[in-house]
Amino acid sequence: MKRPAHFAMLLLLCAFCLGPLLWQLVTSLKPNEILTTLPPILPDRLTLDHYISVLAERSFVKCMANSAGVAAMTTGLSLCIGSLCAFALAKLRTPFKAAVLGFVLSASMFPPIATVSPLYLIIRGVGLRDTLWALVLTYTSFSLPLSIWILTNFFRQIPDEIHRAARVDGCSPFQCFYRIMLPLSLPGLFTTAILVFIFSWNEFLFALTFTATEASRTVPVAIALFPGVHEIPWGEIAAASVTVTLPLIVVVFAFQKRIVAGLTAGAVKG
Amino acid sequence: MKRHNDGTPFIVPSLILIALITIYPAVYALYLSVHRKLPIFGISRFTGLDNYLFLVGDERFWNAFRNTLYFTVVSVTLELVLGLAIAVLLDKAFRMRGIVRAIVLVPWAIPTVVSAKMWEWMYNSDFGILNYLMGTDINWLGSPFWALNGAVFMDVWKTTPFVAILLMAGLQVIPRELYKAARVDGAGSLDIFRRITLPLLKPVILVVLTFRTLDAFRIFDAVYVLTGGGPANTTETLSIYAYKMLFQTLQFGYGSTLAIMVFLCVGMISLFYARLLRGGIAE
Repeated sequence: MKRPAHFAMLLLLCAFCLGPLLWQLVTSLKPNEILTTLPPILPDRLTLDHYISVLAERSFVKCMANSAGVAAMTTGLSLCIGSLCAFALAKLRTPFKAAVLGFVLSASMFPPIATVSPLYLIIRGVGLRDTLWALVLTYTSFSLPLSIWILTNFFRQIPDEIHRAARVDGCSPFQCFYRIMLPLSLPGLFTTAILVFIFSWNEFLFALTFTATEASRTVPVAIALFPGVHEIPWGEIAAASVTVTLPLIVVVFAFQKRIVAGLTAGAVKG
Repeated sequence: MKRHNDGTPFIVPSLILIALITIYPAVYALYLSVHRKLPIFGISRFTGLDNYLFLVGDERFWNAFRNTLYFTVVSVTLELVLGLAIAVLLDKAFRMRGIVRAIVLVPWAIPTVVSAKMWEWMYNSDFGILNYLMGTDINWLGSPFWALNGAVFMDVWKTTPFVAILLMAGLQVIPRELYKAARVDGAGSLDIFRRITLPLLKPVILVVLTFRTLDAFRIFDAVYVLTGGGPANTTETLSIYAYKMLFQTLQFGYGSTLAIMVFLCVGMISLFYARLLRGGIAE
């Protein structure tokens, strides 16, 4: 392909990917009176009113905090539990290794809709409904296959000699794990953390079902159920959308390489 | 020494959590699916295969099944074709490649709910930018034809980046010498793509298709927020129908039967792809 043509295609691609989000950004900055007037595409006046009204809403800020808390706790828990399992699968003598990995990976194919109603009954039964823990435990379980898969691949790349040398020097398997393996695989842990965090930040089905009030409601649910008194408050919804998406955009631009590495882990090599 | 290398204690926490929060609920769903269960009235009784028999004659189930199938086939096909084109585009060396890749990842990273709200606003028949830009007057989310296809477009926008990124990684594994050798032998670009790129990319394409088909068949949140299944159930997918049965009419029995059907379909799709993948590797 000729260079100008290639360049033009790339521009088109960027416009396709960013267009809808940019339009949401424009909408979020439009004053209410001209919100529904087209043309012009770019308004002559801008306002921060929508952002102010969204952020002044206590419940929305609470939902942001819930989302951040759930995503952070899920990431921590999933990494702790998942890295232990991945270490055993990659470096230790573990009975039924292939079967364990197969079990973990097949769990990732379970449709959330098939587990949501029993989980709802269970969570209500043990009194965890409308708590952050209901979401943290569910998300951790659903993100474990991904964590274990990426981390197992990562640990396998660390030479066995390092592990063996540490064992000969008298490290227990657990000391080996947190003194040697974990520090050596920080990039892998970080990649996994990003993917798990994005998954938990964005999840909707379980969040919609298990949360009832702003005590545990996360942002996706808050946006889906955005209250409108008379008509749909498009400006506020746009402002809320941009606010929620902003952290993710920062993550994507800062860690693009890590995300690509995480997404393609295993899929390409086989 | 041997005993101390035992990995069992390390895998136990993961297995317990997955068993408790993924496997046990799925088995519980199977149990619910052969019951008539209405928690608010305290009704719960065993009904055998009644729910499944009802399902066979349930026109709304078949409607949801058709919608899900249409959505899956059309969106996955479009995503694969478009994703392949983007992957080829990104595979070339150019300046600012990192930034372009980050931009491509943006739709993938955006929360599904946000994406659905964004598209709902763009599809707005009176004030939407799409009608304005195209000079049309389409009632996107109000007409049966456009609503389902609108959901497909939204999904294509959101998930093509994932497809493109995986395919791009697959392209980068193909040795450049192969292309050069083919050029020397006088092969044109199209020949090279058909005879070298596609066959070598086949395993990655299959993996991508597996991921995408499973996800598309389970689709819930994007369409639920965009249309709620309307107008007149024309965008109601299996997961949405199941969800409405479970949490709007609170029929935990029949709702679970529908959920189990999604499960069965997803299971069959994975088996199908697993066979294809094994066949591809054995070749």
